[in-house]
Amino acid sequence: MNYEAVIGLEVHVQVKTNSKVFTRVAAGYGQPPNTLTDPVVLALPGTLPVMNKAALDAIIKAGLMLGCEIAPVCKWDRKNYFYPDSPKNYQISQYDQPICVGGSVEIELPGAARNVMGEHRRVPLARIHLEEDVGKLNHFATESLVDYNRAGTPLMEIVSDPAMHSAEEAYAYLTSLRATMIYGGISDCDMEKGQLRCDANISIRPVGETKLGTKVELKNLNSISFVRDGIAHEIKRQVAVLERGGALVQETRDYDGQAGTSQSLRSKEMAHDYRYFPDPDLMPVKVDDAWKSRIKGECPELPFAKQRRFFETYQLPYTLTSVLVWDRELADYFESAVKIVGTGKAQAVGNWIVNDLLRELGQAHVGVTETKVSPAHLAELVELIDAGAILSSGAKEIFIEMFATSDAPSAIADRKGLRAAATDSGELEQWCRDAIAANAKAVAEFKAGKDSAINALKGPVMKASKGKADPKLVDATLRRLLAS
Amino acid sequence: MSTAPDLDIEHVAKLARLALTAEEKATFSAQLGDVLHHIEQLAKVDVTGVEPTAHAFPLVNVWAEDVARSGLSAEAALRNAPVQRDHMVVVPKVVE
Repeated sequence: MNYEAVIGLEVHVQVKTNSKVFTRVAAGYGQPPNTLTDPVVLALPGTLPVMNKAALDAIIKAGLMLGCEIAPVCKWDRKNYFYPDSPKNYQISQYDQPICVGGSVEIELPGAARNVMGEHRRVPLARIHLEEDVGKLNHFATESLVDYNRAGTPLMEIVSDPAMHSAEEAYAYLTSLRATMIYGGISDCDMEKGQLRCDANISIRPVGETKLGTKVELKNLNSISFVRDGIAHEIKRQVAVLERGGALVQETRDYDGQAGTSQSLRSKEMAHDYRYFPDPDLMPVKVDDAWKSRIKGECPELPFAKQRRFFETYQLPYTLTSVLVWDRELADYFESAVKIVGTGKAQAVGNWIVNDLLRELGQAHVGVTETKVSPAHLAELVELIDAGAILSSGAKEIFIEMFATSDAPSAIADRKGLRAAATDSGELEQWCRDAIAANAKAVAEFKAGKDSAINALKGPVMKASKGKADPKLVDATLRRLLAS
Repeated sequence: MSTAPDLDIEHVAKLARLALTAEEKATFSAQLGDVLHHIEQLAKVDVTGVEPTAHAFPLVNVWAEDVARSGLSAEAALRNAPVQRDHMVVVPKVVE
């Protein structure tokens, strides 16, 4: 029998704020244990929560970027459970009135090849709500140690519809969602730091069936690759169970990305009876049109929209756009340089960035915002090459020097003697005439139709110019003389 | 004293991580039952046309700007912890 997988993802994203979501003690990562707490975080008697305005701005921004409807009024609820990660014995969350409803995430499925754009589709969202993160438990042999630094960090829960059908699709969803959050400055989404966490709900059903199968929740998917691998593994496991005549049970499973295996998570915790009720300590949030339009004005162009614009405006090939648009700073850098040289030379600029700048940045372990190569200098380099003022072989050397020194390419070309020979001098034409005169055999072959024979004439010309002649111009001059 | 029909004392005790004796169960069932019966009186009030709310005041958007301030030292934060190690609270192991 053929089965179809149905996948929904619950993604938690920490909002990058200075202070916590219901109190003003600093939020952060990597601090010594229990140094980011205050009486509210520790739920000491008599404390009251106060909302963080920036966290609300951030979730509204996330919602608007993903096309959600922003609820005119939303409220806070207590999710009651007894567990040491939450000193209050409840988590402040949003139950029946989330701030963002609906929306979707645009994804790109893998193409037929790396350089071919894949099919695009939109994965619908159910909701996004804001809640507080909980403390971190560190488990040892017989006891657990609790650090409350993370408790109270603003946390968005982004819930997709069960609308994905493969591990690749889930991977594409997470990649796109993560990029959107980073673009919006909402979160750094570093999964190693727990800033983005993902749980997957997975079921299978016979192809054609409309009823959902038994759902398994997969936890601890702590890298984007593990999400893909874990889901692929779980789909295979479920198919195998059904094929040997077994039955699936609703359960939570823990995926071990290193081993590529999963096991049922038998937790001592909770019967899931959270007894939600409205938090009496917090007043509702009312979002009016003015607030929404102010945030709307802060929303950046998203990667896929940028990619479509780069296709149209700059006629860039897919391979360049698929590198440039996923990094907002890199895309901005590209556009700054193109603004100077004009859209006609956009592809040359893109090639320099994708091939050379990224290679050097990678080797130096620095980001594009820190590079010594200014967009203006890259633009100048592209113009010098285009004008034939420097040799393309010399250009690589000039670029590496630009990266190391922040000097202008023209200054480097002068210093290193990498200027091309003057293009309009009679010298080049004379060298070409000499080469033709001295290589009768190659000339005859060329005239007989063997195009590559022209290469035998280029060597002597380049030699006569001491390597400074522009190869393109040498080629053009030779062809002109041979044709006459 | 009477037990409310929808009160499951075993379930409530489990959620609260309380191990109750049979005697305690009887006592708390009766007491919580009284509370629930008391609350039930509210169901008799005619609330036609009254918008549901969790608050008595029509206030919204009570917040503070996102300006961080320093909090408690680890020593102060852990002062009430019965057991601590490496500046963390030690609790019984909570997953198997």
